[in-house]
Amino acid sequence: MTRSKEHNVGLMLAVFAVLYIFWLLMSACINPLNGHFSPVHIIAGIICAGVVTLLSHDLLITKEGEMTLAKTFRLIAYVPWELWQIFLANFDVAYRVLHPKMPIDPRIIEFDTSLRSDFALTTLANSITLTPGTITIDIDPGKGRFLVHAIAKKPADALLVDKTMINKVAHVYMEEA
Amino acid sequence: MFSIINIIATILIAGGAFFMVTGVVGLLRFPDFYTRLHATGKCDTLGEVLVIVGCMVYQGWSFITVKLFFLMFFIFLANPVGTHAIMKAAYLTGLKPWKKGEERR
Repeated sequence: MTRSKEHNVGLMLAVFAVLYIFWLLMSACINPLNGHFSPVHIIAGIICAGVVTLLSHDLLITKEGEMTLAKTFRLIAYVPWELWQIFLANFDVAYRVLHPKMPIDPRIIEFDTSLRSDFALTTLANSITLTPGTITIDIDPGKGRFLVHAIAKKPADALLVDKTMINKVAHVYMEEA
Repeated sequence: MFSIINIIATILIAGGAFFMVTGVVGLLRFPDFYTRLHATGKCDTLGEVLVIVGCMVYQGWSFITVKLFFLMFFIFLANPVGTHAIMKAAYLTGLKPWKKGEERR
């Protein structure tokens, strides 16, 4: 860690502020409309936000990367497609479960991508797990290599041959597919 | 009692329950650990989300709706991570995946 101590304290304060404001909003412990005010919730919020800040302040805000705003917009544009895929995934699994012959033919596949950043790899891994018939087993971040369990040949080919999802994630994070 | 909102909410929650039941049937029918994880990991996501959306529709615009929305967001993040963690643990312990034609375990 090359970050200066001063910067670290500022970062921790920022994370603490975000968490604590979220706590106040969600617990509704101060309500000006009906004069509701609950000191127990307010103090518990300080303790909880403080502990979480101490343990994981370097996770919420990272210094890595540029053009964060553009990537965020592209990620938001990616979400509806992903939701549709989740919908299809559930019908796919429901079909395989309820079909009398159970059309499954499980296999483990391995493929390389040129994705390197943590966010891109995490997004692709989660997308693979959420979409029809495939679950990520392991990732080698250095090589961008994915190890995936597929329930049949068709979902496996969607990753190996079709590559729509890999291209979409590469587009979101502006990396080459 | 039988307003449009109630009917939509009931349909959504019933759909969620259907997917949860499908997940359990898959858990019982599928042949090995990995394929069972496919059934539970995926049906749970849509099942839970449909139940939550049903509750949101039933509740209308209120503070609880916002809370439910955040709950849905966290399920979308946490569910694939959990499924992946269990699968990786099984793979690292050396559990062999079931192949077509083998006997179920």
